[in-house]
Amino acid sequence: MAQEVALPLELEEELPERGRRWRRLAHTARRHPLGVFGLFCVSLLFFCGIFAQAKVPFVELGLSIVPYDPLDINRETDVLGTLAAEVDAEDKQLTVLGSSLEAGSSFDLETERVTVTRLVSEIGDTHTVAVARGSSPTAHAQGVLLKHEAALALADPSFSHPFGTDHLARDVFSRTIFGARISLLIGLVAVLTGVSTGAMLGVISGYFGRIIDTIIQRGVDILLAFPPVVLLLAIITVVGDEDSAVRKFLADADLVPGFVPLIGGPIDIRLPERDFIGIPNFIDVFIVALAIGLAVGVFTTRVVRGAVLSIKENVYVDAARSMGASDARIMWRHIFPNVVALVVILGSVLLPVAILAEATISFLGIGVPLPTPSWGADLSDEKSRQLMLEGYWWPVFFPGFALSLIVLGFNMVGDAFRDLSDPRLRGSGLGGGGGGGGGGGGSSPL
Amino acid sequence: MVGVSFLTFSSFNVIPGDACVLRLGFGSTPETLEDCREQHGLNRALFPISIHSDAPWLHVQSSQYGDWLWDIPAHQDLGRSLAEGGAEVSTELERRLPITLELMIMTIIFALVLGVVPGVLSAVRPNTPIDWLARIASVLWLSIPSFYLAILMITFGLLWFDWTPPQFGSGYKPFMDDPWINLQQFFFPSLVLSVGIAAVIMRLTRSAMLEVLRNDYIRTAWSKGLRERTVVWRHALKNALIPVITLVGLQVGALIGGTVIIESVYNLNGVGKYTLEAIIRRDLFVVQSLTLMFAFVYVLSNLMVDVAYAFLDPRIHYN
Repeated sequence: MAQEVALPLELEEELPERGRRWRRLAHTARRHPLGVFGLFCVSLLFFCGIFAQAKVPFVELGLSIVPYDPLDINRETDVLGTLAAEVDAEDKQLTVLGSSLEAGSSFDLETERVTVTRLVSEIGDTHTVAVARGSSPTAHAQGVLLKHEAALALADPSFSHPFGTDHLARDVFSRTIFGARISLLIGLVAVLTGVSTGAMLGVISGYFGRIIDTIIQRGVDILLAFPPVVLLLAIITVVGDEDSAVRKFLADADLVPGFVPLIGGPIDIRLPERDFIGIPNFIDVFIVALAIGLAVGVFTTRVVRGAVLSIKENVYVDAARSMGASDARIMWRHIFPNVVALVVILGSVLLPVAILAEATISFLGIGVPLPTPSWGADLSDEKSRQLMLEGYWWPVFFPGFALSLIVLGFNMVGDAFRDLSDPRLRGSGLGGGGGGGGGGGGSSPL
Repeated sequence: MVGVSFLTFSSFNVIPGDACVLRLGFGSTPETLEDCREQHGLNRALFPISIHSDAPWLHVQSSQYGDWLWDIPAHQDLGRSLAEGGAEVSTELERRLPITLELMIMTIIFALVLGVVPGVLSAVRPNTPIDWLARIASVLWLSIPSFYLAILMITFGLLWFDWTPPQFGSGYKPFMDDPWINLQQFFFPSLVLSVGIAAVIMRLTRSAMLEVLRNDYIRTAWSKGLRERTVVWRHALKNALIPVITLVGLQVGALIGGTVIIESVYNLNGVGKYTLEAIIRRDLFVVQSLTLMFAFVYVLSNLMVDVAYAFLDPRIHYN
């Protein structure tokens, strides 16, 4: 009886109705609040990374979520007072309403720079001061504002600067959001280059075996024998050097030869030395990404090779070979589709690892150089860290917080995903280290 | 091992400019540069074997790489630093190795305590507040980068509690001289470093314990009327710890990377900081020796994991 009731219920569950699907999704989301939070963090990273500043190549979008330029010095303007009487070009004395001006202080009268030499008289709110005038003194009408402009260094978090400004008067909020673009770019470039090359080498190594396998795997052995951080440091010192061959190649090579965009006319596609999609020191960023890609690729090669070793024993591979398929065809059409899922999972697991690796080496002062608003580099700024001990905590706190939040998000999504895909652990919430390898791999570079 | 050192050596020689250029500045005359290179033997041939155009056989010669490699077993000599003063690598190591080793050992101890205990507790009482707390803690610990945690602890310790970690600038006190000061010095760096590893250990302990607690022999132990403490800590944990031990061994690589970071944050004069400085200074022989040592430790720890595995689980045999 009980079974008869249970059966139709289960069938109902399988119906792929739209409304039901949404409801199931909502149900899953309710069961995994942490996963949803993680998903939110990860989408935030992608959103900030993409829309941080709309200076995309070729297209100028009028859309940006960064309120200030992350590299610009922010200035604040104080109004010191107003001119109480009109002044002509030769006047050496001003009558000012509203502020006590000291000798030596300077301010702007419209476009003219004026410096106070001494105070002449003070009657109530009205001051008369002797001044040295700018290079080309002009006449000013009564009521003109006296403005004083200064760099807004180390401002507290406020409404106009939500995360405050740092010691160079740059807006920390803008830098933190822009950091998402750097992290995302480095993560994606590293994972795409590393995982694709690694997978290719892994397939070749596993498929051919023998001498090719030995050569590739000994190379991998050597690279895996380095602790990851040390390996990255060594690669970047070698490759990132002022006049290393790789840097020269990246700076000079036509990356896409003969590329003719739709807008018309061939455009010289080179990695710009400086500004590219708003990122200063783009070449350094790119080199860091490639170095991390190498470390990622080594790991991928090993894993993919292991999978290929078992896949190539399948009968369909023998069948394809007996039908006269070439090695390349077997690898591409019969073996590669079987490792694609693995490769995609590896890529998504390694993305936060790559982001964290970038932050780590930038923190050690070897990755992305400083004016670039990278989270790790912001944390490494000596001056900021000294000032942090004096109470100016925001220039260091927020980039680090963003970094932690993103890594946390990726971890939570990974946990929820593993929960959903492993029915054995269902109901026990976060699945623990279900895949010990996954957990270990996830934190390996640190 | 030789492969590692070979790779380090050749890649560092691909970079134009060497330690002498860096030390004397770019404006130095060719003569002084040549002197400096002579002094450190940087003008020798790179590799011990070369093929000459006039004689088509392999030619054995005195070389930078060959001599350095030969001196390790022959004279227990790792070469000397190219920096001003040029300390020998082995004496530097003698001074710095105890610091790093102590840091690593304390980190592993902390990580085991912070990982295994909550892991077991949360596995024994699944879906209770303890379990939730442990699981959330593990995700948080896994996510916060160690250098950020270190900076936060230093800063907010100072700002809120007017407290600074014991300084290392005044000098490292060996454990034998003053155990109390020594432990104080190492407490926070190793705590910070252990957090990430503890999180991984905690998750693995929890899932291993959940697995083990389902076994028949645990049911037998319960039905014998043994106390909970005995069942959990004696019968179950012993078996659940096997994968954990493996994990600790595999985390040694992460640990070495961690010492590089933590030693530079806390200004500990250990091997990690030495490595970072040497890499920045492009101090060829030092980097070479250190990477060789790291790789050695790394490979050795992986080997030890295999041995420990067979030792702990009598069912596993290696032929």
